[in-house]
Amino acid sequence: MRHFFRRKSSCQIAKDRLKILLISDRVNCSPEMMELIKTDIAKVISKYMKIDAENIEIQISTVGNRTDKGASNKHPMLYANVPILDTTAQEHALNVK
Amino acid sequence: MESQVIVVTSGKGGVGKTTTSANVGTGLAKLGKKVCLIDTDIGLRNLDVVMGLENRIVYNLVDVVEGNCRVKQALIRDKRHPGLYLMPSAQTRDKSAVSPGQMVKVIEHLKEQFDYIILDCPAGIEQGFQNAIAGADRALVVTTPEVSAIRDADRIIGLLEANGFKQMDLVLNRLRMDMVRRGDMMSAQDVVDILAIPLIGIIPDDENVVISTNQGEPLVGNDCPAGQAYANVVMRVEGKEVPFMNFEKSISFWTRVTGIFHKA
Repeated sequence: MRHFFRRKSSCQIAKDRLKILLISDRVNCSPEMMELIKTDIAKVISKYMKIDAENIEIQISTVGNRTDKGASNKHPMLYANVPILDTTAQEHALNVK
Repeated sequence: MESQVIVVTSGKGGVGKTTTSANVGTGLAKLGKKVCLIDTDIGLRNLDVVMGLENRIVYNLVDVVEGNCRVKQALIRDKRHPGLYLMPSAQTRDKSAVSPGQMVKVIEHLKEQFDYIILDCPAGIEQGFQNAIAGADRALVVTTPEVSAIRDADRIIGLLEANGFKQMDLVLNRLRMDMVRRGDMMSAQDVVDILAIPLIGIIPDDENVVISTNQGEPLVGNDCPAGQAYANVVMRVEGKEVPFMNFEKSISFWTRVTGIFHKA
């Protein structure tokens, strides 16, 4: 029974790992560089609002574009999900200035 | 008919390039096509053994390129299947013995007499790979549902695209339905979603593949899961539409049922 309540199947883990791995392989961008981009984004945004820097997610997505004919020259996109902890902080930042 | 030159490649070693080359080549010959299999893995040849033709090698690909023999002299005729020939690779040389330009020349010569030329590519992305893809106009990318093999396949697809390949098809080898059902192996759909090239065949994990390799006789068309799956690949290579073996249907049902629990 425990099997059924396992949180993530190994298949899902493999898919998740591959998604991240292939993105960095395809755009020739190492995971370390992604990490640097992430900390820089956090730095910039936290000037204006209180964010949860620990839980920022960034990813470059090109997956699935390949077979749609003509779409292969579409540029990969960088997505960033930044959790905002306190929106009122935005006004504070402006007031301080 | 214009002859087709197909390279069978994967990036990672041991995923079934040679087995796929042997079975697809033999299958096409069984349909009455004139087929030439070329082993481009110089220094680590294996296609001759899988085909059971290892005792009949006199000349090889490097001899042809270096002008030690004519192209025809290096071709081994498979007596079991009329129209099936193998050009073996050299065992005592290395990849640098042949250049991409020389490969193209040999292939151009063979195109005159064959419907299909199938190149068994070595693992890796170095010169051996460059040699194998140089004269090809179509690729079969072989992978297994494992992270390492899929990563390498993705790299290979990128390189093939960069080299101007328009037609690339995916052969998913060694799929285990029991593991897919319990969520411990990526399904064909999962792999296709990731690699984003058309699927041309799903080969179930089948002990008969090992047995047929032991015997030196490709199993395409035999009455076993892998034999039937390879027969379907051959039909699809020929451009015929063949439905995927019906285990696909039972997956979607089972993943739906077990998926409810896995999501929790």
